[in-house]
Amino acid sequence: MTVTAPYRPDPPAGRDGFVPVLRAEWTKFRTVRGWVAGVVVAAMVTVLFGILVASGVHCASGPFPGRPVELPCSAPLGPGGEAVDDRFFFVHRPLDGDGSVTARLTSLTGITTFPPPDHHPVVPRVVPWAKAGVIIKAGTERGSAYTAMMITGSHGARMQSGFTSDVAGPPGGVSAASPRWVRLTRSGGTITGYESADGTRWTEVGTARLAGPARAGLFVASPCDLSVYQGTFGGVGAACRFTQATAVFDQVTVRGAPPGGWGRTRVGDTGQRTDWELYHRPAGVQESAGTFTVTGSGDMAPLRAGEHVTVEWALAGVPIGLVVIAVVAVGFISAEYRRGLIRTTLLATPRRGRTLAAKAVVAGTVTFAAGLAATGVAIPIGTRILRAGGAVVLPVGALTEVRVAVGTAALMAVVAVLALGLGALLRRGGAAVAVVIATVVLPEVLAKASILPDGMARWLLRVTPAAGFAIRQSVPEYPQVIGYYAPVLGYYPLAPWAGFAVLCGYAALVLGLATARLRRRDA
Amino acid sequence: MRRHLRAEWTKSRTVPSTVPLLLGVVALTVAGGAMASAATTAPACAASGCTFDLTKLSLTGVLLGQAVVVVLAVLAMSGEYGTGMVRTTFTAMPRRSAVLAAKAAVLTGLTLVAAVIGVLASVLAARLILPGNGFTPAHGYPALSLADGPTLRAAAGSVLCLVLVALLGLGVAAAVRDPATAIGVVLGLLYLFPLLIFVISDQAWQRLLWQVSPLNAGLAVQSTTDAGLPLGPGAGLVVLAAWAALALLAGGLRVRLRDA
Repeated sequence: MTVTAPYRPDPPAGRDGFVPVLRAEWTKFRTVRGWVAGVVVAAMVTVLFGILVASGVHCASGPFPGRPVELPCSAPLGPGGEAVDDRFFFVHRPLDGDGSVTARLTSLTGITTFPPPDHHPVVPRVVPWAKAGVIIKAGTERGSAYTAMMITGSHGARMQSGFTSDVAGPPGGVSAASPRWVRLTRSGGTITGYESADGTRWTEVGTARLAGPARAGLFVASPCDLSVYQGTFGGVGAACRFTQATAVFDQVTVRGAPPGGWGRTRVGDTGQRTDWELYHRPAGVQESAGTFTVTGSGDMAPLRAGEHVTVEWALAGVPIGLVVIAVVAVGFISAEYRRGLIRTTLLATPRRGRTLAAKAVVAGTVTFAAGLAATGVAIPIGTRILRAGGAVVLPVGALTEVRVAVGTAALMAVVAVLALGLGALLRRGGAAVAVVIATVVLPEVLAKASILPDGMARWLLRVTPAAGFAIRQSVPEYPQVIGYYAPVLGYYPLAPWAGFAVLCGYAALVLGLATARLRRRDA
Repeated sequence: MRRHLRAEWTKSRTVPSTVPLLLGVVALTVAGGAMASAATTAPACAASGCTFDLTKLSLTGVLLGQAVVVVLAVLAMSGEYGTGMVRTTFTAMPRRSAVLAAKAAVLTGLTLVAAVIGVLASVLAARLILPGNGFTPAHGYPALSLADGPTLRAAAGSVLCLVLVALLGLGVAAAVRDPATAIGVVLGLLYLFPLLIFVISDQAWQRLLWQVSPLNAGLAVQSTTDAGLPLGPGAGLVVLAAWAALALLAGGLRVRLRDA
């Protein structure tokens, strides 16, 4: 018995190469009116939806339904340009040149108001990130640069500076039986933080830069206690309940300060007082025989997405645009199968992998161009509308903004390639569109609208192609800052590029499988 | 009509995609519910002072299963347009609305079977998984049981929801014909509404959009604890049924009035 290989015509001479195939595919795409219209509609929907979202956000109403707390309508900027929260009680003396500040901490206590589960009005409890210690700060204005060496409620000794930097020191809390010493020394603009259990043997925790005139002294802050609940219409609400910490310092020395008394400042004072502060214990300091009892609330930290609006709010329309892109990209290949055009195509370009590659290049490039146009318009206009509405749009660096805009366009392009690959693999347009929507758009939408439980949303945004949406996240997570870092508020479980890589991996896999299938099977 | 039903039943039975899709409905419904149950633990929730609607949690998979239901429904109609079979069908059975009605009836039957199996298995899976995550009677969470009125209502409502989604898909497919576009339209309608509701900050608009959203309104029936929803379970299903009826009407008119 003889086995004959199936007849495969030799590629025609002179027309070999990728460019003519690319041109053929581009001609096909450009001449189908529905596809071109689809891509334009996808870009327009993305922009318009972003604008619709942006125009509905006002600082007092907040981006999240059911929020009990009004959003502040302005925020100071930290030395790194990020919007920050800067509220604490500060007992200080001037320190213009070199010098040091040292203190012994003998007690750190506090209260929390209305904590779950029983919501008793006030319970004695120090929140984990309550902080007390010594600080050198460029001034008493909100947002000015600082470096602090502190003992926290339950995260041990830390050295923090510039609102975003956090270095862990020796662990452990503070009590009368085991007091803790903290020290900051400044020499030529470099500040070094030390911690000690006995005041003689010191452990260096870290260094930071802070030159120029400054104030040095003691501080106490206690961030609010966060609890999150499900909103009726989807989304989450957050209640941030007032807390207060009180620290007792003794053996306080400031070297390098001119003689004089202590200044007392409630940094970031809004003038508002809680009942607890009015009737029980106000923020402030009591001094007797060298012992300082300092009481304060607040935090020195970057602001979080969710409590404030971020740049990517202007890109809320992307999932909608992607549905249209998926339909177009799948149609780009499945229409050929449906109409039988694929046979003509493969006759003209017998190297089948090339056809698919050319289609992927066309679909990807067209989508990228449309996506970039959409994000390039949506981000500037959207953020401008958001700011006009009074919302604090968390500022990010120019590079991050470019990454969000270009990355989102790339996300749309890769989804188009994935959709094309699925169309080629499954050959049935309907099934391919359903798979793209179910794996790319659905996890993102269900997580954002918090229809899914949080644990499942995180898991899905790690393992499905929807992980790619992480490229839109403009502000990072800060482990030292209390916040609800959940997908519903725009915090993805994977880093931006890692998430994007997951999506690209899926697209490459599907395209590879589709090429293999196209080569082996009859069209 | 019996002739029509038989013809449509034979088509559904012999198309190779029907059985895998029905299995897909069951698998995704159960897997989604089981995953949601496994990913939720009582202590994590108790720390923030919340309580869980376990019935709703166990039926989370319906959100995913309905995507497959949509594919099944759309392919039942646009598959015929794709291959040109529809011309043979209309030649043999010239009463086009009867053909559509027969398709709807067969689709309803198929979806009903898959949905009942999927929903029952979801509840069973949650009943087995949840006690392991700390949702025990000792913590105030009795085991899920269909003998419990609200749970039974939620389960039956979820089945009904899946059936109505199938009819919505069939109607849109009849109106749009191209399978890719039809699935894009139906899934967009189902899944993008929640996004819209989420990002609109005006409370009155939110409420209105929630009430007309096929997904949110339809799945209101799953809620056993939240009394603050904008629509009750029955009214929610009526909204979804209205969407399905509207789609079938549009599809029916298009099938009758236009060339196949």
